[in-house]
Order: sequence, then structure tokens, then C-alpha cells
Amino acid sequence: MQTQLADFVRDTPDGAEAEAILRKCVHCGFCTATCPTYQLLGDELDGPRGRIYLIKQMLEGAAVSERTQLHLDRCLSCRACETTCPSGVEYGRLLDIGRKWAEDLAPPRSALAQARRWALANLVARPALFAAAYLVGRRLAPMLPGSLVGKIVPATPRGHWPAPRHARKCMVLRGCAQPAMLPDLNAAAARLLDRVGVSLIELRNDGCCGALRYHLNDQDGGRGDAARLLSAWLPVLERGEVEGIVVTASGCSSFIGEYSHLFRDDAPMQETAAKVVGVVRDVSELIAQYSSELAAVLRPPSSQRAMRLAFQSPCSLQHSLRIQGVVERLLKTAGYELVPVADAHLCCGSAGAYSVLQPEISAQLRDNKLAALTAADPVGIASANVGCIAHLGGRTRLPVRHWVEWLADLLPDHSAG
Amino acid sequence: MTDSLPGFALQDQAFEVVDRVALIEALSQILREGCLLTELEDLRPWECDGLAAMRETPSLVALPETEAQVIAVLRVCSRLGVPVVARGAGTSLSGGAMPHRHGVLLAMAKFRQILRVDPVARIAVVQPGVRNKAISEAALQHGLYYAPDPSSQIACTIGGNVAENAGGVHCLKYGLTVHNVMRVRGITIDGEVLECGSHALDGPGFDLLALVNGSEGMLLVITEVSVRLLPIPQQARCVLAAFGSVVQAGEAVAAIIAEGIIPAGLEMMDQPATAAVEAFVHAGYPLDAAAILLVECDGSPEEVAEELARVQSVLERAGAAAVRVSRNEEERLRFWAGRKAAFPAAGRLAPDYYCMDGTIPRRRLGEMLTAIAEMERKYALRCMNVFHAGDGNLHPLILFDSAAPGEQARAEAFGTEILERSVALGGSITGEHGVGVEKIAQMCVQFGDAEIRMFHRIKAAFDRSGLLNPGKAIPSLRRCAEGGRMHVTGGRLPYPELERF
Repeated sequence: MQTQLADFVRDTPDGAEAEAILRKCVHCGFCTATCPTYQLLGDELDGPRGRIYLIKQMLEGAAVSERTQLHLDRCLSCRACETTCPSGVEYGRLLDIGRKWAEDLAPPRSALAQARRWALANLVARPALFAAAYLVGRRLAPMLPGSLVGKIVPATPRGHWPAPRHARKCMVLRGCAQPAMLPDLNAAAARLLDRVGVSLIELRNDGCCGALRYHLNDQDGGRGDAARLLSAWLPVLERGEVEGIVVTASGCSSFIGEYSHLFRDDAPMQETAAKVVGVVRDVSELIAQYSSELAAVLRPPSSQRAMRLAFQSPCSLQHSLRIQGVVERLLKTAGYELVPVADAHLCCGSAGAYSVLQPEISAQLRDNKLAALTAADPVGIASANVGCIAHLGGRTRLPVRHWVEWLADLLPDHSAG
Repeated sequence: MTDSLPGFALQDQAFEVVDRVALIEALSQILREGCLLTELEDLRPWECDGLAAMRETPSLVALPETEAQVIAVLRVCSRLGVPVVARGAGTSLSGGAMPHRHGVLLAMAKFRQILRVDPVARIAVVQPGVRNKAISEAALQHGLYYAPDPSSQIACTIGGNVAENAGGVHCLKYGLTVHNVMRVRGITIDGEVLECGSHALDGPGFDLLALVNGSEGMLLVITEVSVRLLPIPQQARCVLAAFGSVVQAGEAVAAIIAEGIIPAGLEMMDQPATAAVEAFVHAGYPLDAAAILLVECDGSPEEVAEELARVQSVLERAGAAAVRVSRNEEERLRFWAGRKAAFPAAGRLAPDYYCMDGTIPRRRLGEMLTAIAEMERKYALRCMNVFHAGDGNLHPLILFDSAAPGEQARAEAFGTEILERSVALGGSITGEHGVGVEKIAQMCVQFGDAEIRMFHRIKAAFDRSGLLNPGKAIPSLRRCAEGGRMHVTGGRLPYPELERF
């Protein structure tokens, strides 16, 4: 697509990147077909192609109102459009640029909207604060607004974490919201990997990967979180204590995978990021290496009924990381039966802070997703990301758990190492 | 003889007198908040469809949600003399849904309900904004599907498919949209509801259904479509054949048809096209071949096996360098994924492209390809070729960069020459994308004055004032005269009453 960026942005790194991305778009409209908000709202401005146009005209110097910002805010950043796009348009990156500039060029947000975004960024991204608030929230659930209550899932207590007995060790990200919301997830990963010769260790205070603040458009704040995480990890890697890093939330995996791009304007940080990211793997990639060893260890129950699961592949897993079919194969190899799920490419509406900021669209997408997941009568739902699990778990009687937890259930003895 | 012709037949109308304030006032009484867009910021993103080279910002965008709202909007526009352009997903490659600057763009994408799938009658009744592929997805549980499959089927809407009479890779065997639609419900510009066709196999009276298919939004705004569903073939397998020259591949196509085989799909791609899509879909296309053919056979396993053997032997006799048969469904879909992604994948090679849509007699494929190769040199532009080879429908993709001075003009001239050559070879200027704004000048090459007058009289029977999608599909007589493309016979200039510049 032809672009003529305005002077204020043309010679900036953002301008160069935006122009390169815009020029790849041929306006074919394939992206609208897999865009959750376009499929719901049927408005060009609420689909990727329309948003690309809104961003283009903003960067070309046209006046910007709160409506452009609204349409950009409504994007889930699910990147299903990127999976669909035959021209290779990096929509997610263009959106980040567009959101950043809209914050400056559009009229200021209302005080209430600003306060809400600030609170989300500064509460959830701080593990200790979030854990405390989450515990209080569980008690106060009857008094909270619907969009928040839906996020409070029943706690599965943290189970046994085997002692690091193997020579091969990996570090697993604790992160921000996950320890409070899914306390057993990393322990379950540790129990599984322990059986195949890899010990998992956790740093006590590694912190948020930065995705949360970054996607709330506090891009500098997100970069700060990322830099802090890198500086927590780096010494452990340099001392040779671990061979790599494992991430159990696909949302964090995918964001960490973009660290080199995140620090593109800071050469030394970029170099550090590239080095660290080189040894970071999503837990599915690591466990997939041991699929057959694990299958030999796991003990599925005799009841076939108990093994019927619906798998919800988070957008961060299937569209950002482009890890498709890997978790499904692991679950099947372990003996689970996966029921067919319609529109598996569509976002569940969680999308980080989106569910709180855009409650109506988010709730509609969640209801559609739950209907698709439960249509073939599974006994439970498996996902790969803490945000989706909390979002879906709040509105169904079926257990919604991380696939790692479902796999760990099949270990012969839950508590033993 | 022009006395019986409507004014818009003689020359394009200007529509400058539209009272925008009154129009907004009237439409805001009809549409819900957020469903009427009036500010430039919200209007610009609608300025083009899939043909991004042709743009026009609409005066307003209306997003109706019910048929009653469509009727009310059309009545207001008819009363105030405002042009209306209907739009589905905006994937047209001929600018069929390019807005009118003084008009309302009627976006029908909110009509996305599948009203009924009847597995016994094998019919689906759907709203016009339902995506082509969504119909097949809904029919899947009954073992049925909707056959026409344009490359944009993931996104394009059935309303737009009917308006453009869309084809697709399988239309050689299963027909175009017109052959797969049973009934269309639509609204005239005066707000009158018309039902064309029926759920029965045949009906008395003039075949308005056939007329509406391919009418490019000039007769009706479609509000409901009943489509025919077919049983999903028990089996489908695809042959991928590589050729050392495009002419040889073209001859192989003719040989397959001459053998009496009607494959479910018969497609051809040249080397630049395969290279572009391979980077995206990794279909396993041989990158060293000058052209590849995709031949699909479907039916019962016995039929498929028999046809595959015949196809393979024809291909080998025609000099194919390599022949591969899809081993499973996954591989078959991957073979096709490359073909279906060919247009947008052109975005990987150049910032802009023009997709042409000429159709020629199959036996002249080789001749046409040689001519296109010469034109590439003449206009100094690259062209990648993908075709529905089985029905002689060419899709040359002319690559250019609109930011480079003169390239767009050269690309347009290149395209014009391809279309005119298509007509000269005994073909037509469009196989399936429609005329839109893109090929309107070539309509004067394709048709004589008698046909063009008749088109205008039919248009006037539905829409006296020429408000639905003006300036598209059927050229005014003046446009043909000015374009200098009218055939002058016997020294008599046609339309002497028209001014010429």
C-alpha cells in the first residue's frame, strides 16, 4: 500500500518500520476473516485492514480523535490476522506503533480511563501486590464487578516440587500473576521433567516479563520490566547453573521471544536479549522432546470418558509463537482424547488486560469460545496460558487447567518425585 | 436511437446536488448509534476494496443491521437522489465496491447469520454478509458443502459473490456462483422487495436470478441468498506437475480437456508465482519449473483412481518433467493453499499489483503467455501468472510500485493491452472478478453499441435514476466515445448527439 508518512514520524525508527510494514499490505481483506472483533462487529474499522488504514492516516498526519483510539483499543493483539495474511504483514508491530502514537496524537483519555489502566499495569505486574489482592479478591468476590469476578478461579494448591537431582537443569519463569492464580503449574512442569532427567529450578523474585505494561501501551514500562527480568536471569545463565529457561505461560513465552525487537534501539541491551532469548523455550517445545519417554511413564486411567478434553490453543501459542499441533500431539500421545473445537483460531477474549478494559467484547468472545469448547461434551478444558485459563475458568463448571497440569495428573504418584 | 435510453446511459451523472446535512439527519433516524459514519477519519479506511489502486472516499458509510433498515436507507437515498454502493467484505479485485464520493457506502457485513441449512433439500439460506467458507463450514456436519470457491473464500461474502458472479478453482466442474444459487432476495433502490428464483429446480417467467448474478450491485441490494449444497466428494486428490516451459504446460491443459476429462480443478502457475507463494505456504512447489499445473480429481475412490491414471498419462505425454500426486488430505490442501494465496503473496514481491482477469480459448494459452512475456519487456514491469487454466481464465498479476513515478500508468497500460489481446484472441475481459471500475473502458471493446444500450435499459427497469453503484460495470455511451474505442462502421460515427473532446 502506498504511504506518505508525515514529517514528524518519517525519519524515526517507528516511521521506517511502519512504512516497511504498510507497503507489504495489498488490502486483500483476508485478515478480516479471522479477526475476532471484525467477525463480531462487522465494521471495517474493527478489523485489521481498517486499523491498518487508521494507523496509516494518523502517521500521514491526518487529525486523530478518540474514535481511532477506540478502534485500536478494541484490537485483542491476538495476531490471528498475521497467521492468515499471505503478504507477511507484521500487523502486531504496526499496532504497537499505532497505539503508541495515538496516545500522543489523540485527545487525552479521561481521568478514569487513565486511572484504570495505571492500576492494571501496576497491580498485576507486581507479584507480591497481586497475590495479596488476589487473595482478598477471592474473599470479596461477591462484592466485585462482573468483569473482575470472572477472573477469580478456584486455587489448586501447589503440589510437590522435586529436588533438583539431575545434572541437566532449567530455570522456569515464576512471573507476575501466575504464582497466585496457578500455584501448582510450575511444580507440575517440574514433576514431569524430573521424570525425564531435567530438573527445574525457580528464582524467587524474577517478576513480570513486561507484556502486561507493554500492551497497556506503557511501552517504556514494559521495556523496564523486561530489562529487570533479563538482569535477574543473566547471572544464573553466566554461572552455568542452568542450560536454559522454560516458560509455562505462552503469553509470556511469546513476549519474551520478541525481546530482541523490543530493544532494537539499544544495541547493548539487544545483544543481551538475543543471548538470553536464544535459550528460552516454551514449555511445550521442551516437553515435546521427551514425548515418548513421558508416554512410557504416564498412567492414564482406565475410564476413556475421563480422558476427553477440549484444547484451547491460546493466540500467543498458535499465532505469535506459531506452535501449532505440538501440545495437541503431547496430550494425545499421553492418552487424552481431544474433541473437535470449532473456530479454534479465534481468541477467547482474555488478551491480558483486555477483558477488564473491553468487558463487552471480551465476554461475547468468551461465551462463544466456551460454547465451541464444550460442544462435544469434554470433561475438562486444557489451555496453555494463565490469562486464558482464568478468563474461561470463571464462567464454566468444567475444570480449565494448563495442559501441563493435565499431563502431570497422569504421573503414577502425584506427590512423589 | 437514444430516445428510449435513460440519461445515465448517455453520460455519467455528477450527483453534486446532494444535501448531506438532510441525508445525515434522515439516516440517523434509521440506524443505531455507531452504525452511521460521517467523519473523514472514519470514512477514509473504506475508500477502496481489494483493488487498492482505485480509491474514492464515500460521503457516508451506513452499517444497517436489519432488512427493514436497508429498505429505509434505500428509500431515503432514492428520495434525495443519493448514489448507493453496497459492499460485503470489500475483497473485490475490480473495484466493484469502490465508494461514490457523493454517495452512501452500504456496508452489509453485519448480516452474518446462517438462517437455515436444510440437509434434505441440500439448501442453505444465509444473509448476504456470511463468508463463502462459513457456508461450507456450517454444512460440513451434514457432509455437504458450497462449491464455488474463489481464492478469497475465507473472507469474501456470499452477497458479493452473487453480485460479481464469483468463480473459483473448482468452477470448471461445478460452475460459477450463478449455477449454485437458487434464490436471491433483494431490495430495489425504491425500497421494493424482490425475490428472484425459487427453491424449485426451474420456474416460469424471465430468469431474474441469472440477471442478478453478476449484476455488480447495480440492480438490487441483496439481503438473503439461498445456495445449493453439494455432497462433499468422497475423495479428492491433486496432481502437481512441473513443466520446463509455460507453452508446454498450456498444451498439457488443452490435452487434458481434449481427452474428455473434466477435472475438479485445473490450475496453472508460472515460476514467479510459485516462488512468491512458496515463501508463505511451503506447499512444496518445485521452484525450478517454468510452470506448474495443479489437477484435482474428485469423486468415489474408484473414479478418482481411474481419472488420476488418465491425467498422469496425459501429463507425461505432454512432457511434464515431474508429476506428484497428493498422498493425503493435508498435502492436497497444501498444494491448493499456495494457489489460493497467490494474489496477496504478490505483496511479497512488490508494493502494488494489478490482477487481470481476461479469459481466452484454452488452445491459445501458449500464445497469450508468449505475448505477456513480450509485454513485460515493453512496459518494463514484472508479471506473475496464475490461471484457472481449465476454463482459460487468466490472472496475470502485474507488479509495480505506485510510489515510483510512472509505474502505475505503465501497469494500467500493460493491463489494458492484456485485456484487449484477450478479446482479440476470441475471449473476454473478465472471467470472474467482474468489470467494476477497473475494466469499464474495455467494456467498449468487448461489446457493440446495441448490447450496451440494452444493458442500460435493463438497468433502468430496476433503477430509473441510476443510483445503485453508478459508474460501474456498464460504461456510458460518452465514455466509450471518448475512449475512442467505438467501432466506426460505414463512416457513420455512433452517437452523433454526444459532444466529443
